[in-house]
Amino acid sequence: MTKAVKAKSGSGVRKPRAPAVPPASAYFIEEVHDRTESHTLSVIVDNEPGVLARVIGLFSGRGYNIDSLTVSETEHAKHLSRITIVTTGTQMVLAQIKNQLGRMVPVHTVTDLTADGRPLERELALVKVAGHGESRVEALRLADAFRAVVIDATVNHFVFEVTGRTSKIEQFVAVMAPLGLVEVCRTGIAAIARGTKAV
Amino acid sequence: MKRQMTGAQMVVQALIDQGVKNIFGYPGGAVLPIYDEIIQQEKVRHVLVRHEQGAGHAAEGYARSTGKVGVALVTSGPGATNLVTALTDALMDSIPIVGITGQVPTHLIGNDAFQECDTVGITRPCTKHNWLVKDVDDLARVLHEAFYVASHGRPGPVVVDIPKDVQFATGTYVPPGHIEHPTYHPRVDGDPRAIAAAVELIASAKRPVFYTGGGVVNSGRRASALLREFVRMTGYPITSTLMGLGAYPASDPQWLGMLGMHGTFEANNVMHDCDVMVTIGARFDDRITGRVNAFSPGSRKIHIDIDPSSINKNIHVDIPIIGDVTHVLQAMIAAWKVRKPRVDKRALKAWWDEIDRWRRRDCLAYKPNADVIMPQYAIERLYAATRDKDVYITTEVGQHQMWAAQFFKFEEPNRWMTSGGLGTMGYGLPASIGVQVAHPKSLVIDIAGDASVLMTMQEMSTAVQHDLPIKIFILNNQYMGMVRQWQELLHGNRLSHSYMESLPDFVKLADAYGCVGIRATKPGELDDAIAEMIRVKRPVIFDCRVAALANCFPMIPSGKAHNEMLLGDAVKPETLGKAIGKEGKVLV
Repeated sequence: MTKAVKAKSGSGVRKPRAPAVPPASAYFIEEVHDRTESHTLSVIVDNEPGVLARVIGLFSGRGYNIDSLTVSETEHAKHLSRITIVTTGTQMVLAQIKNQLGRMVPVHTVTDLTADGRPLERELALVKVAGHGESRVEALRLADAFRAVVIDATVNHFVFEVTGRTSKIEQFVAVMAPLGLVEVCRTGIAAIARGTKAV
Repeated sequence: MKRQMTGAQMVVQALIDQGVKNIFGYPGGAVLPIYDEIIQQEKVRHVLVRHEQGAGHAAEGYARSTGKVGVALVTSGPGATNLVTALTDALMDSIPIVGITGQVPTHLIGNDAFQECDTVGITRPCTKHNWLVKDVDDLARVLHEAFYVASHGRPGPVVVDIPKDVQFATGTYVPPGHIEHPTYHPRVDGDPRAIAAAVELIASAKRPVFYTGGGVVNSGRRASALLREFVRMTGYPITSTLMGLGAYPASDPQWLGMLGMHGTFEANNVMHDCDVMVTIGARFDDRITGRVNAFSPGSRKIHIDIDPSSINKNIHVDIPIIGDVTHVLQAMIAAWKVRKPRVDKRALKAWWDEIDRWRRRDCLAYKPNADVIMPQYAIERLYAATRDKDVYITTEVGQHQMWAAQFFKFEEPNRWMTSGGLGTMGYGLPASIGVQVAHPKSLVIDIAGDASVLMTMQEMSTAVQHDLPIKIFILNNQYMGMVRQWQELLHGNRLSHSYMESLPDFVKLADAYGCVGIRATKPGELDDAIAEMIRVKRPVIFDCRVAALANCFPMIPSGKAHNEMLLGDAVKPETLGKAIGKEGKVLV
């Protein structure tokens, strides 16, 4: 019979999760823990059918993370779309992502906004809050503090529009939670580099 | 010259204008208009296969042996899905093929029509690029673009999906002309500063090695010539991946044999102990590196590759050079000649002495047997009988493939067609058909295994129909040999479903297909039987009965480093079960 595999203690090799019954054939999956960082990429692509599927398929097929993704045609005459992707990975994986995107046929440019400086990143959220009495007043007061705009209301609810960095949106949603938060819709991050230059 | 014609006519015209002489395909409802044009002309020859996967592999064999783009033409739905394995195979091994698929008429797309599938969706991850052409006026441009994308940069497969109504519609045909692609411009010239730094590093090496791969073959014949020139200028040792065999002649004294999991003792030890590694058109695949954190720990690495995403993917390199191998080698040789570096002769002598010690280990030795044909012996005799001939070799996947790589010596590029990346059993037989179509007068042999060859055996019928005298040389051990070997090493010799129960009688099968069957069961009859196989000018199935339980060595077990190889004559039954270390069983 095959013996169960024991990891050496303190050897730096991460101990595999031991199954209750050792398998007859001894394989284990090593977990790798390198430091990861979050980067925002701007990808200019031909706005042709399937282009978004190509980009998303690359990420899912190769096991990369997508934390946020937004896409829209930005130059109508040239049929160019701009995809903004926030992704997390090790330095090596981030370099891979950029190279893998770069070699796709409909991709014009790939720019790592995070590597080039601190990009301006904004997100828009629509937040629906329903309630009565004091919590309703409080929601309105807080919305004012967050510079959220009321874009729809009845005596029972508000829909707020709020723009800002992801952390601000997170915070706004969190404070609304006890005040009758019904639902949230977020656009994902739009990002642009500081200064005079285009990507 | 712009002309009005139907979409179906455009397909044939584009093939002619792209210089395509042969295509491989299988008709069906959604490509009937194209087939109706094919039969009315003689410039493009169509080879009818028996399964669309066969068309894809034949196109690969054609492409790999000629350096041209291979073409497969199949129908919608199952025709397209059957092509997927070959497309994936071509993507992994960087083989330029254009797949033309029929599609249901545009108004039926998305309707779950008969023989409809989302071809561009299914083939998106297994092609370099693909197109669904909905307007006949785009068709000619897209077809020319498809050839451009398939063959430029790192080569690979592309698919053009053409709905049936677009094939019938009339539009304007544009000839190929000079393509200025809006976005796809792969870099071919290496960065001069990186090249200068690389030459400097190569010149200063004390224990150097050239590690080359399929990229050299893909770059064209000139790349192989330049590689030979540069390697001989330096006097350094050279090894190659499975895909790169033939780019450097195996008879040359600087040649170390193949490296990697079943590479030679000398090649793998050189990789482990070197101080400068010159990687050319290879991609540090897991079959090459073994355990990544123990891979060549003391070396500085140069990596020449046309694909930026190959750089630093698995192994961190010190000097990356992005460019086409031919261009970069040309620049390197020029820089070397200008600089006239003096290599450290004493260090190099010591390095070669060390290499000779490893060579004397004679790692490919096996125990000869007077009663049973050893598989290694079979390849050796096949090589001896064909070495002076104009021969092309394809293989299936498994033990026979590794033995072929170890024991068949290649002197020229484009002579060796094998499924390296995807490891597609069933590749070799249809690939040999593609090779034979491209080289009708040459000797084309598929070194096969009994399990693999049955996956695409129906293509014998193709060979018979088109008078393609391919030789299917089956090392028949009545096992899936490599699966059995792994089960022996890793799974306590529990041979779960790796025994091919009730194999057909291959000689009778040959007879049934209308080709020639030959069998050899004893070492003494092997040479005559091989001579007979070569003499026969018809397709042959050669049933070579070999030792059933032979294992393929040397072998770097999963998770081991290059200097921890298992050598065949040193392996005792009791060490086999312990071959894989505690850290190692993660790799498959």
